[in-house]
Amino acid sequence: MQNVTVSAMRDDSFVVLKNVDWKVAPGEFWVLGGPQYSGKTDLLMLAAGLVSPVEGSCRWMGMENVSTGDARLADRLRMGLVFQGGQLFNRMSIAENVALPIRYRDDLEPDRVAPEVAGLLDAMELSFCAGSSPMQVAANWRSRVALARALILKPEILLLDNPLSGLGGRHRAWWQDFLDQLWKGHPWLDNRPLTLVVTADDFGPWQSSSRRFALLHDGRFQNLGSWMDVARSSHPALPELLPETP
Amino acid sequence: MLALANHQVLRDSPGSCSYSVYLGRKLLLFFLTMHGLGAFALITMGVIWRKFNVAAKVVHPHIRQEIARSGTALLPMFLFLALALGFLIVGQTVSTLARVGAGDYLGTMMVIVVVRELGPLLTAMLVLARVGSANVIELGTARALGEVEALEALGIDPVHYLIMPRVIGMALGVFSLSIYLIIGALTSGYLFAFFQGAPMTPGDYFHQIADALGWLDFALLALKTLAFGFLIAVVTCYNGLAQPLRLEDVSRVAVRAVTQGIILCVTLDAFFIILYAIT
Repeated sequence: MQNVTVSAMRDDSFVVLKNVDWKVAPGEFWVLGGPQYSGKTDLLMLAAGLVSPVEGSCRWMGMENVSTGDARLADRLRMGLVFQGGQLFNRMSIAENVALPIRYRDDLEPDRVAPEVAGLLDAMELSFCAGSSPMQVAANWRSRVALARALILKPEILLLDNPLSGLGGRHRAWWQDFLDQLWKGHPWLDNRPLTLVVTADDFGPWQSSSRRFALLHDGRFQNLGSWMDVARSSHPALPELLPETP
Repeated sequence: MLALANHQVLRDSPGSCSYSVYLGRKLLLFFLTMHGLGAFALITMGVIWRKFNVAAKVVHPHIRQEIARSGTALLPMFLFLALALGFLIVGQTVSTLARVGAGDYLGTMMVIVVVRELGPLLTAMLVLARVGSANVIELGTARALGEVEALEALGIDPVHYLIMPRVIGMALGVFSLSIYLIIGALTSGYLFAFFQGAPMTPGDYFHQIADALGWLDFALLALKTLAFGFLIAVVTCYNGLAQPLRLEDVSRVAVRAVTQGIILCVTLDAFFIILYAIT
């Protein structure tokens, strides 16, 4: 992204971020932090190609404008997006939710994708709720189902909106471990490393020397660098994102 | 998007004492709504044309479900309605016309009242109330809960996946139910008149109706009912899906969609009256 202006997804007349310069290289693990309503979700939607920038230039894997038209759909699907809260389809079962993207993309009968879906649900400890409706499953598990639904298409880049929000301790540990496996190369993705971008209200759980951090604050995008740089930074908004930092 | 943004600004702007300002705002809103509906209808037709067979194993079962929902599932209610309509209107008309010696006009009357007007319009109103309102609520809730964005993120075209099956289902549903309603009302009407002692054999009755029916009646009936179904689906889907919604907006939007649906169906009906008159 070069000099990009981002508008709110639900009101395109309202600008949330200006002058965003950001480049994600293959294999990187980015953590975008910021207080509520700082534009994290809107930036992620733009990065996923769901909305167009108000101004500036945005390129996805070397291509302009994957947000419109069916011709670029295959390129857009190289990126997966996991919404905060899951955004599951409530009229389908968990297994149907996970199967839908691949069935639609490849025009397949449910039976054809059933083994693949069962394997993914098993890898993510979701087999117990495969036949349940999303409303019958606790929120902790719903966001995990949303991750499975994004992974079924085997993306190269995965964007996750606040994945640890509202999770209990056990689920947070599972997510951190699983995302780390995906980043390094998970068997589900044929051990191919995945590029990851997550948003967070709190940098604390994401601290790692191998991750890159950016701060969204006051309508600005600031590339902070590595965890060492975050620790050294004196940005006034950082204490809010590092509650345990004295 | 601009049209939708203007919509919201117009709806949310504070009221004014000036009648001309009020009228102007209403007119502008009307034109913006028509513009939005027209654009949405064209997009939907384009998607049906280009993508009917895309992801057929996923989308075609949805089309069958929608046909069942807007057609087969409503059949018992329509048979009851056909009986009621026959007893209340057709039967009385038949026996009255026979009593006053105007039995020769029976066929023409039945074709104008039941086949051309009452059958299609009543069917459209009932499908709008039963299925159209449910459409707005389902789609509006899906929109408010972010399911539409989720579909887009997964590479699924919401118009193709959510709207196309509803439009096809409603168009075919209104068409089929109108035919059943007309046949049921004409038959039960005759039975009512027969039990009241109307001096007319079933052969005379149906022969008169068949004589009064021209090929244009069949063609325009099909066109009209398909158009009603398409219109109801477009209006309800547009209101539920085409604009960002919050959960608390859904009931208000449902009422608005039903009102728009009634107005547009009646307007379309008036257009068909003119078409009948000039052909």
